[in-house]
Amino acid sequence: MSEAPAMPRYYLTTEHHPENGTLLGFWLYLMSDCLVFACLFAVYAVLGRHYAGGPTGAQLFDLPVVAVNTSLLLLSSITYGFAMLAMNGNRLRETLLWLALTGALGAGFIGLELREFAHLVAEGAGPQRSAFLSSFFTLVGTHGLHVSFGILWLATLMVQLARHGLTAANRRRVMCLSMFWHFLDVVWIGVFTVVYLLGVLP
Amino acid sequence: MRELLLGRLGWDAIPWHEPILLGTFIGVALGGVALLAVITYFKFWGPLWRDWITSIDHKKIGIMYVILGLVMLLRGFSDAVMMRAQQAMSFGDSAGFLPPHHYDQVFTAHGVIMIFFVAMPLVTGLMNFVVPLQIGARDVAFPFLNNFSFWMTASGAALVMMSLFVGEFARTGWLAYPPLSGIAFSPDVGVDYYIWSLQIAGVGTLLSGINLIVTIVKMRAPGMSLMKMPVFTWTALCTNVLIVAAFPVLTAVLALLSLDRYAGTNFFTNTLGGNAMMYVNLIWIWGHPEVYILILPAFGVFSEIVATFAGKRLFGYASMVYATVVITILSYLVWLHHFFTMGSGASVNSFFGITTMIISIPTGAKIFNWLFTMYHGRIRFELPMMWTIGFICTFTIGGMTGVLLAVPPADFVLHNSLFLVAHFHNVIIGGVVFGMFAGITYWFPKAFGFRLDPFWGKCTFWLWLVGFWIAFTPLYVLGLMGVTRRLSHFDDPSLQIWFQIAAFGAALIFLGISCFIVQIIVSIRRRAQLRDVTGDPWDGRTLEWSTSSPPPPYNFAFTPIVHDNDAWTDMKNNHYVRPAEGFIAIHMPKNTGAGFVIAMLSAACGFALIWHMWLPAAAAFAALLIAIIVHTFNYNRDYHVPAAEVLRVEHARTLSLSGHV
Amino acid sequence: MSGDAHEHDSAIEHSGSLKDYVTGFLLAVMLTAIPFWLVMAKVFFAQPGITAAIIIALAVVQIVIHMVYFLHMNTRAEGGWSLLALLFTTMLVVIALSGSLWVMYHLDHNMMPAGSPMSMPGANPDPRNMP
Repeated sequence: MSEAPAMPRYYLTTEHHPENGTLLGFWLYLMSDCLVFACLFAVYAVLGRHYAGGPTGAQLFDLPVVAVNTSLLLLSSITYGFAMLAMNGNRLRETLLWLALTGALGAGFIGLELREFAHLVAEGAGPQRSAFLSSFFTLVGTHGLHVSFGILWLATLMVQLARHGLTAANRRRVMCLSMFWHFLDVVWIGVFTVVYLLGVLP
Repeated sequence: MRELLLGRLGWDAIPWHEPILLGTFIGVALGGVALLAVITYFKFWGPLWRDWITSIDHKKIGIMYVILGLVMLLRGFSDAVMMRAQQAMSFGDSAGFLPPHHYDQVFTAHGVIMIFFVAMPLVTGLMNFVVPLQIGARDVAFPFLNNFSFWMTASGAALVMMSLFVGEFARTGWLAYPPLSGIAFSPDVGVDYYIWSLQIAGVGTLLSGINLIVTIVKMRAPGMSLMKMPVFTWTALCTNVLIVAAFPVLTAVLALLSLDRYAGTNFFTNTLGGNAMMYVNLIWIWGHPEVYILILPAFGVFSEIVATFAGKRLFGYASMVYATVVITILSYLVWLHHFFTMGSGASVNSFFGITTMIISIPTGAKIFNWLFTMYHGRIRFELPMMWTIGFICTFTIGGMTGVLLAVPPADFVLHNSLFLVAHFHNVIIGGVVFGMFAGITYWFPKAFGFRLDPFWGKCTFWLWLVGFWIAFTPLYVLGLMGVTRRLSHFDDPSLQIWFQIAAFGAALIFLGISCFIVQIIVSIRRRAQLRDVTGDPWDGRTLEWSTSSPPPPYNFAFTPIVHDNDAWTDMKNNHYVRPAEGFIAIHMPKNTGAGFVIAMLSAACGFALIWHMWLPAAAAFAALLIAIIVHTFNYNRDYHVPAAEVLRVEHARTLSLSGHV
Repeated sequence: MSGDAHEHDSAIEHSGSLKDYVTGFLLAVMLTAIPFWLVMAKVFFAQPGITAAIIIALAVVQIVIHMVYFLHMNTRAEGGWSLLALLFTTMLVVIALSGSLWVMYHLDHNMMPAGSPMSMPGANPDPRNMP
């Protein structure tokens, strides 16, 4: 805000443009989501060894599959990063390409996770079996639900980008989804460490 | 198929055999029909939809929140009256008129409604209305989300009210501890009504928290650094930080409880590894910050009022800010004091007992600051100031009983006794309710253009103040004698007199609420004499008083530039002259019905989930998602108010101001 | 309610470069591979505590890597508010996690019947857990 010599002391005579708050607002939403996950992690930490005589993590978890899943998600993070670079370079088609790849990797992640869940349920290790399994399905499942919503959002955004191009509003949306997507990868670091890796340790 | 569509909903859900409920339903139905008839008669449907329901104007949304809170106060207080009446009567052979099955719903509904649908909306409403005006902004950062948040809160309230006539409410107390709230011990719809109304309202509250933080961070007028913000804005900032930091925990815990109830998981069950204390632990990690969410805005209101009506700058501005921030952080370190008696042992109890005592210190600092502001001031005993003095006396005592309860050995005797009940009503009524009445009285002229009638206001005040003390002092006595809370029947006849005194106090409060309603009616009828023409009826100190009453939709024709704390006082002291020309077009957001639609679909989904109507629930959820996605395709969300229109509005104000000289 | 034309300096992420993303990715891959290897190859089989400590520490480091390289977290973004929000949230997460664990441990220890499988988390390990 620059004051012309004749600018009155107590008011601006030109239009005031406050800084856009969307990115900060979305970041704050992510912080609140962090706390939701923190609660689920806390519950998992407290109840995660309550097997109620049922199967344990060591018996159930298939670490190679978890490693594949982790790679899919990590790769999808970098493909989104490439989408961001393309957007900053004003290359719409390339942006859409990298976004599509991100969505595909995310869908692969969800697909593998659903297979894992179905397998566990079929083995009698569903969420009702014990507090450990309740916490496992809820923590991992909530993360998966977030990824699924992210994919839905990504698809919607791709349609909107194709329609309206890289407008300021659309760029903000791409940036918000970027934060969301990377945040989910951050949560997954917690999940694979605390749930899967620590879970198979005695 | 019938089960997929209708779930467990049936004709027996309606309380045909409960005379009180049936009578209430008939009354509400008749009143509702009358209201609809009045709206139709005055052809108000169009304006209602265009100017209120779809409004994204923070001022209108703030007013709607306050109206919601006040309407729900009538419901919550009716529950209170029923409890006082039952407890005054039910001794020995007399069973009173409320069997435990109903009494338990009454005290649960009373708590849920008062906290979530009275106190939260009132506080949110005040912050919504006042903060953008105080910081020199035109609206909040996300106006559409603001509208959506309000309708989500209203939907939650609607679900709770529906439980009165379709099905039942929870019988678990306002925090619904498992295992009682689990599917095994509460298989009926009551706890599900509880869960879904709070989850829906919780989304609204969380979004509104994010909204106000970004507003305060990003949209302050030039020159208004953080340490030049009004104290009410500071308390609003800290309150909304608490909201964003605490409500996710409530969301998570209620989700886990609903998984236990709907999906057979074992988080809080007695078997298969569950641990009910984890619910208690987590819900209080939310619950303690929640009470600070309620009280901090009230502290902000009092800070504004004391400075205004003592005619002096607030004493110790910096220490007020630091105290508020310290309270915000410390509120996360005390939660276990709500369950000292559950066996966590001496080391844990001592830690939390000490932190609880420490957190009373910054509040004490605030009280001294208010007192020092008043000292050597020229105090005008207008109604807001009376509420403030009532608060200082009442809340301080309530706070002291809190420090007493913070001592674990004392709490072992007093936990879940009527002493506890008296303590928290002492601080909530003395602090939050008095604060809300003070704030409503203070900002009413700004919102509506005329003051509230002082005579009926004073009646309201005295009846509330005296009524509160008569209603709750007996509860302190009974608590110290060992009487437990939430009982609907007593065997010891020597206790009855105390309950009867308490009932008399409740009757006084009832008269106080009646006087408040009369005050509103009388004020509307006498509004010509009570008119606020200047926009500054109290000789205020902050920017909202520089606007007309009510302010134009765009708040400020020109964004103010701030140079000092108490920006409006600074402007008045320096002979500020209102601009009369040179106006420019103003960029404003458009009204929209999307928020209302999405919220109503959420309520429908909630209702369907409560009654296990799986197909309607899935359909409502799908519709919800589609509505949200459709809304994101709307890029046409704003418009410009033409400069000529701004000139017209400002010119009209110039005329009315000069006509009044 | 915004200045569309005036946001160039408010974006958290506008300054990402190819080098940042690739560096972050490679670091993340390493910090993922090592913990998986430690557990799957049973490197510290006899001391699960050491394994646990290492993989938790590596997870924390990887989270920081993600924050810096993917989310471009720095002190300047949003005038410092996003970092402040992150630090505040981290503090609350630590309080909620450690507080819950501390409280629940004491509650279980004091109040659960001795000898029940739930009297202490991990106290009576199921022999079927042993790999």
